[in-house]
Amino acid sequence: MAAGGGYEKVQVVCGAPNARAGLYVIFAPPGTYVPGSDITIKAGKIRGQESGGMLCSLRELGLGAESDGIAELPETVVLGQAYSDYAHLDDPVIDISITPNRGDALSVRGIARDLAAAGIGHLKPWLVDTVEGKFPSPISWDIQYEAACPFVAGRLVRGVKNGPSPEWLRQRLESIGLKPISALVDITNFLTFDLGRPLHVFDAEKISGSTLSLTRAARETFRALDGRDLILGTDDLVIVDKAGVQSLAGLIGGEATGVSDETCDVFIEAALFDPVRLALTGRRLAVHTDARQRFERGVDPALVLSGLEAATRLILSLCGGEASDVTSAGAIPSWQRDAWLRFERLSSLGGAQIASEEATRILEHLGFAVKEADETRACFAVPSWRNDIATGVLLDQAAHLDADQAQKAAASVQAIEDENDLIEEVLRIHGLDSIPSVALPQKTAIAAPALTPAQKRLGELRRLCALRGLVETVGFSFVSHEDASLFGGAPEALRLLNPIASDLNQMRPTPLINLVRAWQRNAARGLSDAALFEIGPSFHADGQKLVLAGLRGGETPRRPGERARAMSLWDAKADLVAALDVLKLPAEALSVTADAPGHYHPGRSGVVRQGPKTVLGYFGELHPKVTRAMGIDGTLVVFEICLDAVPLPKVKRRQVPTLSAFQPVSRDFAFIVAPQVEAQAVLKAARGAERALISDVRLFDVYEGASLEAGHRSLGIEVTLQPIKASLTDEEIDAVSEKIIAAVASNRRDAETLSFHAPLSHHPSCHLASRR
Amino acid sequence: MRRLVIDKGITLGHLKGCLIEFLRVFFDKPDLPVRFRASYFPFTEPSMEVDIGWSRQTGEIGGGTDWLEVLGSGMVHPRVLANCGLDPAVWQGFAFGMGVERLTMLKNGIPDLRSFYESDLRWLRHYGFSALSSASLAEGV
Repeated sequence: MAAGGGYEKVQVVCGAPNARAGLYVIFAPPGTYVPGSDITIKAGKIRGQESGGMLCSLRELGLGAESDGIAELPETVVLGQAYSDYAHLDDPVIDISITPNRGDALSVRGIARDLAAAGIGHLKPWLVDTVEGKFPSPISWDIQYEAACPFVAGRLVRGVKNGPSPEWLRQRLESIGLKPISALVDITNFLTFDLGRPLHVFDAEKISGSTLSLTRAARETFRALDGRDLILGTDDLVIVDKAGVQSLAGLIGGEATGVSDETCDVFIEAALFDPVRLALTGRRLAVHTDARQRFERGVDPALVLSGLEAATRLILSLCGGEASDVTSAGAIPSWQRDAWLRFERLSSLGGAQIASEEATRILEHLGFAVKEADETRACFAVPSWRNDIATGVLLDQAAHLDADQAQKAAASVQAIEDENDLIEEVLRIHGLDSIPSVALPQKTAIAAPALTPAQKRLGELRRLCALRGLVETVGFSFVSHEDASLFGGAPEALRLLNPIASDLNQMRPTPLINLVRAWQRNAARGLSDAALFEIGPSFHADGQKLVLAGLRGGETPRRPGERARAMSLWDAKADLVAALDVLKLPAEALSVTADAPGHYHPGRSGVVRQGPKTVLGYFGELHPKVTRAMGIDGTLVVFEICLDAVPLPKVKRRQVPTLSAFQPVSRDFAFIVAPQVEAQAVLKAARGAERALISDVRLFDVYEGASLEAGHRSLGIEVTLQPIKASLTDEEIDAVSEKIIAAVASNRRDAETLSFHAPLSHHPSCHLASRR
Repeated sequence: MRRLVIDKGITLGHLKGCLIEFLRVFFDKPDLPVRFRASYFPFTEPSMEVDIGWSRQTGEIGGGTDWLEVLGSGMVHPRVLANCGLDPAVWQGFAFGMGVERLTMLKNGIPDLRSFYESDLRWLRHYGFSALSSASLAEGV
């Protein structure tokens, strides 16, 4: 193969059926990226033969769908010329993202206007001469749904010859990714992008009767131009003739009255539609057209008739024929509005130093017209295409506001908003880079704390958990319905209608679920000793609660001198009690009962309360039925604290402490208790025996065994006595000991469940002894 | 994360100052290029998107000649103020919002957002803070 540009003689292996000697082709040398196949050409061997590139089909170049073989070029091509130059594909393409408030910029002219205002080029005035009608339009309009369509115009062009558009028009459409169809359709598409004026063309011979009515749809099906059958509702605006719905107004035309190569008479539609109704219909029916995109953002009301004229001119010049008079119905709504700008606001709101002349110049370039002005302010007429500026304000003020305050705020909002609209225009054209950065005013020399007490204690809790070896996680607030059911809370009201994944379809009743699943994933990777916690929201029928949840699985670490053991409910309880201590709830203030929720092991769990009612949290083993249902083999110990139930501590001034000069004395006691008696109750009773003297009470041993009645336990507790005024005598110590024994024995809060066996006096095998 | 500053005399200059300072401190790049680009959000006017300089090729923040959008901001819309009972002729301010995960990903070069929610112990230990550290102005953000 011979090619120019350094490829005078190249061997290329090509399997295309049409490859033959003497053919002029498109050659891709090594290094070329081929978009249609997403490959980069490399020189290499194909079936043992050297191949120094590739001969391309148009499909491989991303330029066409045909794939009958490699592209064949005429003999007139210049060898070695780049194909992009040859095919005029070297036009730069600029992608512009248009914000939803700027319907006016969804057109070449709108973008050009902004560029000109920013000093890039000069915007030429656009004027279109009206086409004199040769005859009255045989088709007329009738608006029956004014709320959805205030104004519509149209005209007939008869005797047209439809067919492919000329090269210039086809190329412009192709360059922005549109497929040329026929001259009549291409003209409407061209004007949609050129002026931002969507139009529709009907084949007039296919319209039944002489009236097109804009009306509410019945509940009926409509076949659109794209071949889809759309199911209409009574809020949808349609264009009907005697035969039925012919167009879903402003969104998409109907198949029945679409133009074709046989079209002789064409009826052009140019209208204004209510953007909100149109958007709702378009969204419900999933109609995504360029027309919808423009109509729902608002089109230029002053461009309806001139757009119609421009379309008529193009049709006459490309397709021939003669035009009727323009026929219309309804009226173009008044769009004239004014807005005031106090130039000083450019700096007092915008922080920009912009002279009033410069601001005025920018606004004039954008199409605003000065109506009156002095040195300090000016009033501008808003151009017809800017439906985002100085619009009416409908407030939705909060219900609890003070009436006077609310009214004052409402009174000034319209003028401020209109003015801000203008400031925004001036600033965006002037540029934001030149606005000087200013530090926020510092009102105090020493910054106030950034965190509230409630936020601060969350930080403390996190650090505590981390120090105890728990790793913090963050989970989704969504879990699967099945998992939520296992943890007792999967109400229908908290089931998601549109879950991001099918197994994330329920608001979680506790972050514990995420921790269990996270533990499981880690265990699957061989990390089964994971200890995790999360502080996050839980969701319930009556609202949202903040929860600290923690989990430990597997065994304690193996260390010299310490045997690894499985995690037990006491590990979870220790985590919980430590966390409550950070929350300023000391263990003495708590009581523990055995009625934990269903996801806890019934015998190895507890509920922690403050007072008889307030539930602070739970701890224990996860119920085996829960772990089994989740596919977990092994025991997990967990705890939960409802942080919303823990009140913030009152700020108290610290008292001066009494630091005694006398040595504390420590005594050990053993109590044999019935199965139901909680150690906490014993400790509490002992502590209360002589408040002035007892400074600490601790559990140091629990014994169960054959020597005791079944289920009974011996609790070893250490009591510390701290004398204040003088050292304690043996007699005094004995007296306190008696009091402690009596207090524990008589603390019959619940006679059914509590029975203490006090040592010495009642049971010879138990003892009261001094350790020192 | 969303933040709001409302007072008398708060201007777009303050918005720029606050966000530039934040981004430079957060990414620990005192010369980080920051660009403000006019945009549209329903609750602010004027609105702007904020870009930082980076390299598309290497992903380095502050390097290269490319721009990366990191957050949205603007002057609080007068309707928002009036709806809350604040007279927009007296009070004004700015608002901004950003995705904490996204900024964290950029700062640490984390490629996948899902890894934040995976709770993979290896990942958590790698990116986790020391148990003793607390964010404070004295210790550095």
